Amino acid sequence: MAAADTLFRRITDYANRADPYPLYAELREAGVVRQDDGSYLVGTYHEIAGLLHDPRISSDRRNRTVPDLLASREADVQVSFIGRDDPEHERLRNIAMRPFGPPHSPGRVDAMHDEITDITTRLIDALRGRDRIDLVEDFAYPLPVTVICRMLGVPREDEPKFHAWTETVIAGFDPSPDSNAEERQRAGLAARKAMGEYLGALAESRRGKPSDDLLSAFVNDPGPEGGFTRPELMATAVLLLLAGHETTVNLITNGVLTLLRHPEALELLRREPELMPRAVEELLRYEPPVHLLPQRTALTDVEVAGVTIPKGVPVILVLASGSRDPRRFHEPDRFDPTRKDNQHLGFGSGVHSCFGAPLARIETQIALTELVRRLDGPRLLQDPPPFRRSPVLRGPRHLPLELAGLKD
Amino acid sequence: MPDDLKSGRIVIVGASLAGLRAAETLRDEGFIGELTMVGDERRLPYDRPPLSKQVLLGRVRAEETTLPRRREVDAKWKLGVRATGVDPIARHLLLADGEQLPYDRLLIATGTRARPWPNAEEGALDGVFTLRTTEDAAGLAERLDAGPRRVLVIGAGFTGSEIASACRERGLEVTVAERGPAPLVGALGKSFATLAAKLQLAHGVDLRCGVTVTALNGSDGRLTGAELSDGTRIEADVAVVALGAVRNTEWLAETGLAAGPRGVACDAGCRAFNMYGIVTDDVFVAGDVARFPHPLFEYQLISLEHWGNAVAQAEVAAHNMVNPGPLRRPHLAVPAFWSSQFGLNIKSVGVPTFSDQVVLAQGSLEERRFVAVYGYRGRVTAAVSVNRAKWLPYYERLIQTAAPFPPEPATVEPSTHTPVPSDVPDPKVLSHGPTVALTGHLPDLRLTLRHWGG
Repeated sequence: MAAADTLFRRITDYANRADPYPLYAELREAGVVRQDDGSYLVGTYHEIAGLLHDPRISSDRRNRTVPDLLASREADVQVSFIGRDDPEHERLRNIAMRPFGPPHSPGRVDAMHDEITDITTRLIDALRGRDRIDLVEDFAYPLPVTVICRMLGVPREDEPKFHAWTETVIAGFDPSPDSNAEERQRAGLAARKAMGEYLGALAESRRGKPSDDLLSAFVNDPGPEGGFTRPELMATAVLLLLAGHETTVNLITNGVLTLLRHPEALELLRREPELMPRAVEELLRYEPPVHLLPQRTALTDVEVAGVTIPKGVPVILVLASGSRDPRRFHEPDRFDPTRKDNQHLGFGSGVHSCFGAPLARIETQIALTELVRRLDGPRLLQDPPPFRRSPVLRGPRHLPLELAGLKD
Repeated sequence: MPDDLKSGRIVIVGASLAGLRAAETLRDEGFIGELTMVGDERRLPYDRPPLSKQVLLGRVRAEETTLPRRREVDAKWKLGVRATGVDPIARHLLLADGEQLPYDRLLIATGTRARPWPNAEEGALDGVFTLRTTEDAAGLAERLDAGPRRVLVIGAGFTGSEIASACRERGLEVTVAERGPAPLVGALGKSFATLAAKLQLAHGVDLRCGVTVTALNGSDGRLTGAELSDGTRIEADVAVVALGAVRNTEWLAETGLAAGPRGVACDAGCRAFNMYGIVTDDVFVAGDVARFPHPLFEYQLISLEHWGNAVAQAEVAAHNMVNPGPLRRPHLAVPAFWSSQFGLNIKSVGVPTFSDQVVLAQGSLEERRFVAVYGYRGRVTAAVSVNRAKWLPYYERLIQTAAPFPPEPATVEPSTHTPVPSDVPDPKVLSHGPTVALTGHLPDLRLTLRHWGG
């Protein structure tokens, strides 16, 4: 067995992308372990849950004592709320929440239900007559992109432009300790900047001309506390557009992959579609779209499970490992769509818990319900399928399927 | 033998939150016997927290607060009938309509009722309310809809403060009269209460502390105002008596159970004690009416009027009713409650009144976003957050592990404050009763030892 201090290297190694779970088991066995690059890796449920609520842990990389390009002055890009601490994090998140969810807009996500169903139906209808599809390109990617474009107010036809930026940004956040990390980070920063300029200009074009979308709301209805500055708006919009479609695509695709690997579960959901909300929660535990949080930092020496994590070093929380911890979940490696005790870490926890979770939930519930109902005789053509590069946002790049047909 | 526990007759007295969750847990745990639910209110179990919040704001109707069900409970419901006693030898529950309900195991979850205004004649004036039930809330909400000129709230505990908050949010004039030095002082201590007082004043509440209401005045059977102990008079057409709760234990007076004004004493497994301190094995207690030992609070018997405690304790009681000794579980949940008032989300874990010191651990008082941590003899015993509830699991862990007080400083939103006395008062000086009663060292009554002959 390789040494525990290379676990992060091995987890981020693309060769292990298809099945990182044995490495997670090794991580949980090893406890909290210092990696050869100085960071600390945590993979057990209770320790992760504890750190997600621990006020001695920062989400702001500028608190690192190790050199970090993404946090340096040189980066010259506004940091969004995901990378900040309270009270700034809270202020920015509240402004972003105002047109999106409670308390100011409690019905906003639910109101998307019919529109998401329509988009889903159209995408599935378009598969008629095909016996081979790529679930990612044909469905799981276009659905959330269309939804987030609609929600934010970004023209759908600009997708090729922002998709390129998105891929570069995600590669920039990839914490894999490889030789071209700095190059990736620089390119990622440049892409964030370009994407921010693009979204900032879009929002500006709506000033005084309110439309039913978030970018418009950000400039036209800032709320009593005052709204975003231009750089804050740009950073937030980049975050929402990116997170809005680069995560749900993985949840939907992982969902289909998992159901096809578990025919009895697929059959159960066909018979009892009302179980879908619970099945989606199980997916968030069993095959989550976000595997690890790479940007936490200890603000002081913090003792976790008998190990002292020194001040200023990166603390990497492997959420997907915590959700498979046998000390928390009964038979954690079993996919059980009827699981009741399921407080998974799929959306994180604490003040930074996933902003878009309600949207991701209903998108995936609707998508999987319709796919399960309408795809006739779906079969995996490649298992495991080719995976995306990122060890953070993990999911298949393609999911080739064979279909016998389509039901109405 | 263990299988026998899954059948037989179980009666649950009290058809509110604890009773319902216990019934659901019994069925979840495989109880296949006869289950009877007895409740003195006619309504199916409903949720009370909204009654002092959304209902008074007119957002939800009082009748729409029925509790969602976790599962079918397949029970016989006897609603609108009061229990009047227990025959522990024959194992019968006695009902007000004369019926004697046989049981093999009994769960007492009769909760509390609102403490009434001490002068019955004044309390009967039109316009005087307490707030505990659907009817109370519906009646009060209707009166608030009619736009009274002034509402008098008597008692500034959580319920009284929430009522005052709802009134101000509706633009109604409110006077709050509190015998203690500030609102919420009984639950959270003096330094927190000072903030609560500022908050109420900033929201336009006419706050009168250190006074009692000596009389409610009426004319033609309608409330016209009140007289205060400082000699002032106020005019009000609505008064809400928020003087805390009375535990529904009187009906148990003759049963030989350890029941008194502070609740029904039970062990950590929710089994009731009798008056000699001997544990029973067929009578269980859960919810607001229970008084149980808690290891985090030096095994004192505590009673909690908390929503979460009612649920957690009901689950433990129900589990223990249908499982044999070695499989039984203790009720050890860390107490927790929440309140929303004057635009703030307040949440508490642990028992703030079990403290001698308090420190602002995180955030800012001025900006009304903070966590205050309470300590007792050098260990952490409670934490209260204002608009910072998501950090509480961290502090809950400090309580569970008896971490040293003061805790090491938080580093997100650091605070430079140092501990000050928590100044939790003697409950006797408050208008409203405490929502947490630490009663271990205060026996309710002295037993007269009887000498048996022979």
